[in-house]
Amino acid sequence: MAEGLRLENLAITLDGQTMMALDARVAPGEVLTVMGPSGSGKSTLLAAITGALDPAFRLSGRVLLDGEDVTHLPTERRRIGILFQDELLFPHLSVGGNLAFGLPPSMRGRAARRARIDAALTEIGLEGFANRDPATLSGGQKARVALMRSLLAEPRALLLDEPFSRLDAARRGQIRELVFARAKAQRLPVLLVTHDREDASAAGGGVIELGA
Amino acid sequence: MSLLRRAPALTLLVMLGPVFAGLAGTLLPAFGILPALGRVEPGLMPFSELAAWPGLPRAVALSLGTGLGATLLALALTVLICAGWQGTRSFRWLERALSPLLSVPHAAAAFGLAFLIAPSGWIARALAPLLGWERPPDLLILQDPWGLSLTAGLVVKEMPFLLLMTLAALPALRPGQSLATARSLGYGRSAGWLKTVFPRLYPQIRLPVYAVLAFSMSVVDVAMILGPNTPPTLAVQVLRWMNDPDLALRLRGAAGALLQLALTLAALGIWRLGEIAVARMGRAWIETGARGSHDAPVRALAIGAGALSALAILLGLVALGVWSVAAFWGFPAMLPDAFTAKSWMKQGPQLLAPAGDTALIALIATGVALALVLACLEAEHRFGLRPSARALWLLYLPLIVPQIAFLPGLQILALVSGIDGTLAAVIAAHVIFVLPYVFLSLADPYRGWDRRNALVGHALGASAARVFWRLRLPMLLRPVLTAAAVGCAVSVGQFLPTLLLGGGRVQTLTTEAVALASGGARRVIGVTALAQTAAAFLPFALALLVPALVWRNRKGLRHG
Repeated sequence: MAEGLRLENLAITLDGQTMMALDARVAPGEVLTVMGPSGSGKSTLLAAITGALDPAFRLSGRVLLDGEDVTHLPTERRRIGILFQDELLFPHLSVGGNLAFGLPPSMRGRAARRARIDAALTEIGLEGFANRDPATLSGGQKARVALMRSLLAEPRALLLDEPFSRLDAARRGQIRELVFARAKAQRLPVLLVTHDREDASAAGGGVIELGA
Repeated sequence: MSLLRRAPALTLLVMLGPVFAGLAGTLLPAFGILPALGRVEPGLMPFSELAAWPGLPRAVALSLGTGLGATLLALALTVLICAGWQGTRSFRWLERALSPLLSVPHAAAAFGLAFLIAPSGWIARALAPLLGWERPPDLLILQDPWGLSLTAGLVVKEMPFLLLMTLAALPALRPGQSLATARSLGYGRSAGWLKTVFPRLYPQIRLPVYAVLAFSMSVVDVAMILGPNTPPTLAVQVLRWMNDPDLALRLRGAAGALLQLALTLAALGIWRLGEIAVARMGRAWIETGARGSHDAPVRALAIGAGALSALAILLGLVALGVWSVAAFWGFPAMLPDAFTAKSWMKQGPQLLAPAGDTALIALIATGVALALVLACLEAEHRFGLRPSARALWLLYLPLIVPQIAFLPGLQILALVSGIDGTLAAVIAAHVIFVLPYVFLSLADPYRGWDRRNALVGHALGASAARVFWRLRLPMLLRPVLTAAAVGCAVSVGQFLPTLLLGGGRVQTLTTEAVALASGGARRVIGVTALAQTAAAFLPFALALLVPALVWRNRKGLRHG
């Protein structure tokens, strides 16, 4: 059984020109860091893995999750979570509403869902924040909510698109640790895209450099 | 899914189908074919009858003159205001006044202006003590034979529209940078703006300008209120023929409608030639390197004219308001002897039914248009469709083809198929004109939405439909409601589609108001025109209020 995230001979081309090529495996609970300057195709890679690649690009190779080929599944059926440097909390929903958006509908009952959300908030040190407006949170608090929203959706892998680069130095290490610890605890394969060496070494896994 | 993919095609059909059907319906009778009257032999008789009408040369000249004049003035004012004042405090004040000015229906604005400039209007009353007038001066200001008051009415109403379209196009051109560069080279503000920003701006506002030109040449309601009577503009005369109890006159009317179309095309051609000439002169002017550093008089003129034009509409509304509550009001007095609610008590109940129909038509037409526009934009998003420049032309087509050219044909088709005089026919006709405005209003905010929100939603397991209903629509509540308000205001202001497709049996506040044009019942006009304005204004107020209430606890959406 091939567990984890497998990127099998992935290559992305635009008008016949290869934008990037990659062959890699990320085991559950491990972090693979992809580094490279802007324009090296990092965000294109993430788009390909999530299934949001612009139709102008051509993708060859396969994306496998725990052995299942998800290359042609729509984003919503892949169960791959993604965190950006902007937390992208939905501004019209409360903090609790954001988490509820991530919580699968298979968890039934108003009270049960509510209880799960309250517990999730407690886990990230934001007890009682359910009714807050996300715009009133600090950067670190937003990052934690975004992480928890992704985790509640029960993903099979987690992609990180420079998620720490907006945070100040003090928060940064804290949030980074939290993300990696949670991913490890849930045995999620993690793909981290960054241009920060410190992120890479904190991740502790393999590092792949993309050329410009 | 497949239904959504067909949304753009369906939208075009709903919007342009009636335009072409209507043109065909005008074409046949213009060449003598009207089976309902037993005319089946094609011929040029309608055209020779039209040519024999003694008022024709004057009516044609009026249409061309007022249309070209009003467009030129409105555009020149818009451009000079932007050139001289963009980025200043006065400019922001004007920007804020824009939306209320735009929402005032044409007919109400025209009545308001009439109440100001008539021989017994507020301006004459203000001058009376100075000039020793005891009675209203014997001047033919309103409905003057030259169409000057008509032109003025068109300018004050079309300038805000052009200004709005300009403001929408400007940010992408980064005018601040260009202007700063030009000024650092020693150019005056206006000259620098005209030389560096305007040449890039004009292609962006060309279609709105064409729409203003076509509209100004063929407008009916404003021309009935402010335009001359003997002869009137061609469009008004065509309407008279079309509404004549003598059905045979419809053939002549159809020929006139076709002539109106040809005139519009000719005017657009003239305008295009003018564009080329101005571009050539402009290039030469830019190459002279003239700095134009003393532009204070031009700037003063521009802001003065702009403020005057805004004031004309606002004071006009005040005049309507005062007349609607006036008891006896003798000539030189600035205010009535006393105020009374009598006119409202008397007219109010009679306006309830038209107000209800106005609201019903506006809501359904806007609802249909909004659904189609949202489906188009969502299809664009989901299927990665790229809108072409041609698509924009198609969108403007119903605004450029004169209403009077195709609505009579549509009326004849409705008559033949037996749906004339129904609310459904009127609503369908309103959708033709509501759709482009709703689309223009919503497209930019819709396309500007951060697509990563959709990606995050999908990554959390949400389907495309769930992302649309739960994320995109709520986050875009404000622009969606604004687009709906624009749609409602457009529908409320429609005169010709209501009159022709309604066959006189569907009455709205606008048809009621315009019907008063020939009489002198000022108090009734005041009440009706104000009710019409309120009907157009209310949706805008709601579009501001509802998001502010719904999102009162959501800081992230307060300025979205």
